[in-house]
Amino acid sequence: MYQILKQIIKTGIKTETPPQVDESMRVDTQRLQQEILDVFGGALAIRQVDAGSCNGCELEIHAVNNAYYNIEGMGIKFVASPRHADLLLVTGPVSRHMEIALKRTYDATPDPKLVVAIGDCACDGGIFGESYASCGKVSNVIPVDVVVSGCPPAPTAILQGILTAISARKP
Amino acid sequence: MPIKHPNLKLTRLTDALPAWTGEIGPDDLHEICRQVHDGGGRLVALWGSDTRQQDRGFQLHVLLLNETGMVCLNVQLSAEQPVYPDISQIFPAASRMQRATYDMLGIYAQEGHDHRKWVRHGAWHSGSFPLRKDFDAAASRTDEADAYPFVQVEGQGVHEIPVGPVHAGIIEPGHFRFSIIGERVLRLEERLGYVHKGIEKRFESMSLQQGAKLAGRVSGDSTVAYAWAYAMAAESIAKVTPPSRALWMRALLLERERVANHLGDLGYLGNDVALAFGFAQFWILKEQVLRNNAALFGHRYLMDTIAPGGVAVTLSAEGKRVIEAECAMLEQQVRILRGIYDEHAGVQDRFIGTGVVTPKLAAQLGLCGLAGRASAQAWDARVQFACAPYDKLDVQMSTYRNGDVASRAIVRFGELFESLRLQREILVNLIHEDEAPAALAKLPPNGFGIGMVEGWRGEVMVAIHTDAQGNLTRVHPHDPSWQNWPLLEHAIIDNIVPDFPLINKSFNLSYSGQDL
Repeated sequence: MYQILKQIIKTGIKTETPPQVDESMRVDTQRLQQEILDVFGGALAIRQVDAGSCNGCELEIHAVNNAYYNIEGMGIKFVASPRHADLLLVTGPVSRHMEIALKRTYDATPDPKLVVAIGDCACDGGIFGESYASCGKVSNVIPVDVVVSGCPPAPTAILQGILTAISARKP
Repeated sequence: MPIKHPNLKLTRLTDALPAWTGEIGPDDLHEICRQVHDGGGRLVALWGSDTRQQDRGFQLHVLLLNETGMVCLNVQLSAEQPVYPDISQIFPAASRMQRATYDMLGIYAQEGHDHRKWVRHGAWHSGSFPLRKDFDAAASRTDEADAYPFVQVEGQGVHEIPVGPVHAGIIEPGHFRFSIIGERVLRLEERLGYVHKGIEKRFESMSLQQGAKLAGRVSGDSTVAYAWAYAMAAESIAKVTPPSRALWMRALLLERERVANHLGDLGYLGNDVALAFGFAQFWILKEQVLRNNAALFGHRYLMDTIAPGGVAVTLSAEGKRVIEAECAMLEQQVRILRGIYDEHAGVQDRFIGTGVVTPKLAAQLGLCGLAGRASAQAWDARVQFACAPYDKLDVQMSTYRNGDVASRAIVRFGELFESLRLQREILVNLIHEDEAPAALAKLPPNGFGIGMVEGWRGEVMVAIHTDAQGNLTRVHPHDPSWQNWPLLEHAIIDNIVPDFPLINKSFNLSYSGQDL
């Protein structure tokens, strides 16, 4: 225990300031009303769905949980079930084998809900494109509110996308 | 590779690795496989290709490995009846590869005991095969229902837990079917293929350079290993040796990939036993490695840093100092954290004896990579087939023989420290003279090459076939997860369901890399 405490004190606080909201990431008009956003407040539950990615975007989504980005410190947490989620974070070109699973996950998420597509593949199909096995971008399968490009996008960009999705649209 | 068989004439490939190739008929396949198996050899990969346009019917490619090198058997199959004898009775790891080869090409393993679909889940008609050259993507499209017969365990009190494809964490999709009694697992059956996105078909329409980019995205956590294996295969066909500085750089990048992944997994192994401290600490270290990667090489995970013929990045004298400082910092920090893990009763209680794969079973089923080394399978391509620059590095293999979660953690710690030592040694040898890069624009016609690299998870292999114009006609990437996924089904037996995430993470296998 002494070693653990010593290490924690020596490590100190690593968390950095979160990025600013970027309206250019928004692709859909705001589907939520201000009151609902107020209800979300500082407590957002995210369900991550890999719909066919190479696992690169997952690595960066893991990274937003680390001490530098500390997404939980902002009251945002990843949950195990779509039933508990306010927002779906979807990666990958949607493989044809994941099409139904993604739709069902979307349907299982209670309204009002948001969808953020993470990574080049989720934005436009990326290097895998559309084929006999791939449906391409996420918005080909379910409605998307915000897209975050990059291969994979850095953790700050992912955070920015999530914060953009839950922030009220400026008139 | 000395295999004695009257119908087998081996040709040595021009390669960084000792590799041979030879053509045989289906009737000789069994005998040769048996001989390699009895001599302690293993199956690395099995794939097929459609060569009907060259009037050569279909071909089955079986890549075998023993202590002296690799041999790729090209088995000629007829265009009308593409069948071959099942080899899963000799190499059990062949079973899923044979099923996948059927789904993709319609070539059939006779007398095999498992003919269920593996890759195809109902997205294309069961009678159409995507990797055939005459495959019509539009006409093959279907949403036909796909009843998959899972093996059922019967008995009083036995029930099933189906999990996935969407899992309860930030993880790739797949389906697990647990048959349990109480909390104890009697049987686990995996069904993968959910992230199949047509990578192999995609290669066929790509240039050599585009293919390098795609190879780096077969599995996002092993991008250096795949890009290097791809480059190695291309260089073998073109008979080109990259400048030595490029090879030293590749090894540096590969070791950095290994360090980053081991740091991440060691953090999650702590997290999975409720020591959130471990996650926080290891991920701080991982983030520092990733940030240095971005600053020095322009990408946090080192994607697109390796190109056929050379590398696409350089390292300045200042960059060397950054890596040296990072290595020293990691060495010191990881030593402290290993001490904490070693002495933490809760961690050791959950790690020791959990998810055991005995050395005997590991050898029988062909467990490879770091999980194999934790079960006494002393294979490491950097040691046995030390291609440049590993031939000058004297890599020390980490092995253990208990085969449990604790052993896999010990092997990871061992490899992490060894990677830090290797990085330092590479930096000493990375001399500051830029040799002229051998730009590889196009490959010669009708070529065949193999590249194999010891990635952090295990042996990553890429095979390239070119057509009469020198275009990519067939590219097959092979992930070590093919061999290791079936062992996870064994490792969980007699453990409790709540220990599955921990056991799974200790292997950390790839879905994308094997679904393709």
